[in-house]
Amino acid sequence: MKAMVVDDSRATRMILKRALSSQGFEVVEAADGRAALDELTKTGPVDLALVDWNMPVMTGYELICEVRARRELDRMAIMMVTTETEATQVQRALDAGANEYVMKPFTEDVLKEKLLLLGMGRE
Amino acid sequence: MPGIDAADAAFVRELVYKRAAILLDEQKGYLIESRLQQLVHEGVSQSVAALVADARSGRGEASVRIVEAITTHETFFFRDVEPFEALKKTVLPLLLPPGAPPRKLTLWSAACSSGQEPYSIAMMLLEHFPAAVAAGARIIATDLSAQILAKAREGRFRQLEVNRGLPAAYLVKYFDSAGGWWTLKSKVRALVEFRQLNLLDRWQLEARPDVIFMRNVLIYFDAATKRALLERARQEIRPDGALFLGTAETTLNLTEGWSRVATPKSAYYRPRPPGAGGLP
Ligand SMILES: C[S@@+](CC[C@H](N)C(=O)[O-])C[C@H]1O[C@@H](n2cnc3c(N)ncnc32)[C@H](O)[C@@H]1O
Repeated sequence: MKAMVVDDSRATRMILKRALSSQGFEVVEAADGRAALDELTKTGPVDLALVDWNMPVMTGYELICEVRARRELDRMAIMMVTTETEATQVQRALDAGANEYVMKPFTEDVLKEKLLLLGMGRE
Repeated sequence: MPGIDAADAAFVRELVYKRAAILLDEQKGYLIESRLQQLVHEGVSQSVAALVADARSGRGEASVRIVEAITTHETFFFRDVEPFEALKKTVLPLLLPPGAPPRKLTLWSAACSSGQEPYSIAMMLLEHFPAAVAAGARIIATDLSAQILAKAREGRFRQLEVNRGLPAAYLVKYFDSAGGWWTLKSKVRALVEFRQLNLLDRWQLEARPDVIFMRNVLIYFDAATKRALLERARQEIRPDGALFLGTAETTLNLTEGWSRVATPKSAYYRPRPPGAGGLP
């Protein structure tokens, strides 16, 4: 399984990458929505993308809209991982096509449990 | 950090075993110590030694507080996912055959902790079995700990708690948020009735359950207690009912009273008719 971590914080990318690797994912990184979209356009869809909301150049929200608008990428599962914790924001992300939503701060268990909801990861 | 006296630790082990049938092995010394320290920190007593002395002499609530502090309450929404999927896809469709008037379901969450398990069932019912809800389905949720039940009844959770295991779609649909708290809507809470019940005492359920969730609690008991509880659950449950245990729990080598039904990644149990109990 291949995953992409999209976050402008290098530290957060490291944490998410380590957690996903331990769940058996091969992980690539991107520092903003635009970089993520360029990479996906080049290499094709990944199985799972963990996407921050607030990033320079292109936000995670815009990235989700872009991915869902492209048939060749649409099969990706997308999990928003963000400090946005308003119910209205969660709803917006789901409406745009996010499959799951994690509010920062989170623990590795949180991630594992959400992966299980998506039918992914190790037991 | 001052340690705990060996005799005091032995007393606490004995106490927890007698009240909750939970076996704490010698390696759990750190657990005993850290939980009692926590109580001291909360101002329940001056020191660990004084706390244990109070419990020994039966003063105040000391022994109750010790038992509650040591029995762990770890839980989260839709824990392990699979049992809730099996309930939705297999067990409930069998109990609610299409065409027949829906029966009044009773589901029992037998060690419900802070409520995530019964509330998960409640949300799943509202989402997928509205006719059963309309027909009066209810969830009886019980636990040994009065303190944890008080929290469960509030139906109010912190961000970290709703992050754990809860599908985001349910978060926005079934909770109201304010000031960092997420509160379950009253239609979810109305399905769940919380009550204090020690599994070792008489059960006194007013209706026979169709479904029992007895998850991540047998794990604390010795084999004889597990066997006895599984046997009582079999007498209590309706003949076509289903029992769900924790991932690390099984009826295997304990009783022949239940037959295992495999699900894709796990299993649930159906009661065998009376007389089929015990090991050969
Ligand atoms: C780890 S939690 C399990 C919660 C939930 N069933 C789950 O699987 O997530 C265990 C719970 O069992 C309760 N418990 C321990 N001994 C008990 C007893 N003798 N009778 C009833 N509840 C008990 C504890 O208070 C605790 O809330």
